Amino acid sequence: MDISLKSVEYRYQANTPFERLAISDVSIDIPSGTYLALIGHTGSGKSTVLQHLNALLQPTEGTVLIGSQEIKAHQKNKNLKAVRQKVGIVFQFPEHQLFEETVEKDIIFGPMNFGVSESEAKRRARVALKQVGLGEEILEKSPFDLSGGQMRRVAIAGVLAMGPDVIVLDEPTAGLDPRGRKEIMDMFYSLHKERGLSTILVTHSMEDAARYADQIVIMQQGRVAKKGTPEEIFSETAELIQMGLDVPEVVRFQLKLEEKLGSKLDKIYLSIEELSAAVSERLKRGVRS
Amino acid sequence: MKKSIVSLKEVSFQYDDQERYALNNVTFDIFEGEWLAIVGHNGSGKSTMAKLLNGLQFPKSGEITVCGLPLNEETIWDIRKQLGMVFQNPDNQFVGTTVQDDVAFGLENMGVPRIEMVHRVEDALKKVKMDQFLYQEPHHLSGGQKQRVAIAGVLALRPAIIILDEATSMLDPRGREEVLATVRDLKAEKQLTVISITHDLDEAAKADRIIVMNKGEVYREGTPEEIFSLDEELIELGLDIPFSVKMTKAFRQMGLTFTKNYLSEEELVTELWTSRLNL
Amino acid sequence: MMEKMIFGRYVPADSVIHKMDPRSKLIIIFFFVCVIFLANNGVTYALIGIYTFLMLGFSKIPIRFLYGGLKPIIWLVLFTFILQLFFTKGGSLIFHWGPVKIYEEGLKMGIFISLRFFFLILMTSLLTLTTTPIEITDGLETLLNPLKKVRFPVHEMALMMSISLRFIPTLMQETDKIMKAQIARGVEFASGPLKERIKAVIPLLIPLFVSSFKRAEELAVAMEARGYRGGEGRTKYRQLSWAAADTVQIVLLVVLTILLVLLRS
Repeated sequence: MDISLKSVEYRYQANTPFERLAISDVSIDIPSGTYLALIGHTGSGKSTVLQHLNALLQPTEGTVLIGSQEIKAHQKNKNLKAVRQKVGIVFQFPEHQLFEETVEKDIIFGPMNFGVSESEAKRRARVALKQVGLGEEILEKSPFDLSGGQMRRVAIAGVLAMGPDVIVLDEPTAGLDPRGRKEIMDMFYSLHKERGLSTILVTHSMEDAARYADQIVIMQQGRVAKKGTPEEIFSETAELIQMGLDVPEVVRFQLKLEEKLGSKLDKIYLSIEELSAAVSERLKRGVRS
Repeated sequence: MKKSIVSLKEVSFQYDDQERYALNNVTFDIFEGEWLAIVGHNGSGKSTMAKLLNGLQFPKSGEITVCGLPLNEETIWDIRKQLGMVFQNPDNQFVGTTVQDDVAFGLENMGVPRIEMVHRVEDALKKVKMDQFLYQEPHHLSGGQKQRVAIAGVLALRPAIIILDEATSMLDPRGREEVLATVRDLKAEKQLTVISITHDLDEAAKADRIIVMNKGEVYREGTPEEIFSLDEELIELGLDIPFSVKMTKAFRQMGLTFTKNYLSEEELVTELWTSRLNL
Repeated sequence: MMEKMIFGRYVPADSVIHKMDPRSKLIIIFFFVCVIFLANNGVTYALIGIYTFLMLGFSKIPIRFLYGGLKPIIWLVLFTFILQLFFTKGGSLIFHWGPVKIYEEGLKMGIFISLRFFFLILMTSLLTLTTTPIEITDGLETLLNPLKKVRFPVHEMALMMSISLRFIPTLMQETDKIMKAQIARGVEFASGPLKERIKAVIPLLIPLFVSSFKRAEELAVAMEARGYRGGEGRTKYRQLSWAAADTVQIVLLVVLTILLVLLRS
């Protein structure tokens, strides 16, 4: 399912003395099957953009196209529920949304709100639980008796069980330890690869953006400051640094090395393996010439 | 000779509702003026450690000494004056309705006279560069700013030791750097002892010494260089290794040789540069 | 609707009333509520009205803002008026239409009681509009201090109030966040039959309770770690200062009271 934002503007508490412009003139295309990373500082407008992706917010100017559904400013938009079933959002600290007595009931809550039958929802719950790396034995447990990491996985399973075509992730690994972080990120990546799920990752982590995304959008002060592939984005590091953003460690290392060596490598490398290969090749060739 | 400021002797602890020991026979010293990082994955026992050091829980067996005092119900309030804590969630430790009220909270508890309070509040907020925000309410502050206020609250009490209990884990990169830079400056200026409980390995890499916890026990103790040479072992413990160590490893696989693990990218870059000349 | 509501809101401004000590404001409101019952004729009500509008003027709160905010309450005042108008009997009959009878006394009572109600609302709004909640808490704590002698937990009550105030915005943000998360999971808060809507509140309330308990627990730990062990031996950072203006205001109210006693019938 394609999503596209066309010149979207959003004002909080419009037409009151507290009015505040959050984003303006934001245009982003997310074709079906894309892995897009949305990057920016706290307050750059990225979480406002996120909430437009399933019509939690409706633009005060411009249009949001989600599949065949058009959400326009200045008009009453109907049938938003259909949109929300197709676009699942995993909010930051999603474990805070758990509320049911058992894990199973919590996971089937979303699907059943969207009219899925109970037996089908329960089947999906089992599949989703497996996807997030938990065993069926916890289905009957109370979600509040689980560890923090398990709770987060259950919450994610609840979103996956809705059967979305697009999944939006808002800092899904915040507060996890390194192992938990890697497991969660790898899980979403394999879902993206295997099921062709469009994935939109809102993150502070340049490492994750460089590793997983095929498109990057950088937000600054409510506007799209830059968009492109990771290679394109991280080739122009000066700009990023000027915006007060980090560059991935690999890129930072390559820049330091290039400076010391006084010459540039042929391109920007985004993984340790590629960079080490290119550098050692260069060093060896350097000796021969 | 390094002077011990905190010492744990054969400390064990078990939560009432759990079978497993959260801490099992833990013994180590923390030395005056050092930055000690206690690392471990979630559930390794590192957070329990923080609670014990501050007397929020008491060990089932073993002994803890802080600044020469054995930690028990009688000494606890004196010990808390020596030992300030910054917790994980910036919101849930902000007691005051404004920045200055929050910093004053600890001083009020200690019964410091008002005139001195005003002076100490202002001073502490200057140190963490939050003195422009005296009247600000917490919901208008960023996570990093709230944590800096929490640090000011600790500083105002003039403790000898400051414990960061995963104090940066809920912050964005900018907030994390803000908080760590603040603590680094303070440590240099005041000869504070810093105990940072964390799973951020880049943060631990800058410590003087690291203790790795696993399953409630001290798994390994040493300098960052020693600890990060554990390499795969750390990853098995659910931790990570710093980037420069990963990079060194990758170069080794490409057939380059190095004498040691580099903890900073600069060192590694210099080494590569020299090796080019020597090849 | 909520944005326009002014009851209980603080509006910052640089005025004599804003600068007053919360203690004097609390004392004045307390006595005003008693004194207003002294008024029982046109002159005394006029006096109370002059006093109220004088205070409003001093506070520099824009009248338009007040009007917008008090609109919903004006309906309540009107309702009181109509109730008195139709149901008080006495004096001569001044209007008669079918079963509806309006007496002179009814008209008088209607005007007086709704005016009293109106002035009370204005004065109490004035307190909250010009005094931050935390100042009110401080004021109350100091004023109630003598009650400590009879073991009334004054300090604990004040601390509880100030912590609640501190966490209201945090909880609002949290509510908004959880609501959005549940809307994304297909919950509809704003539509459907009443029964469905009540059901929809559960996925919001339970997470809120859970997180509030967690907050409370962590806050308690943090407070203990910072040396909190009850009110005993504690000093206070926030300080109240009684100025000449406060005394003048009290005197003004005393003068009003004397005039009311002399002029009432």
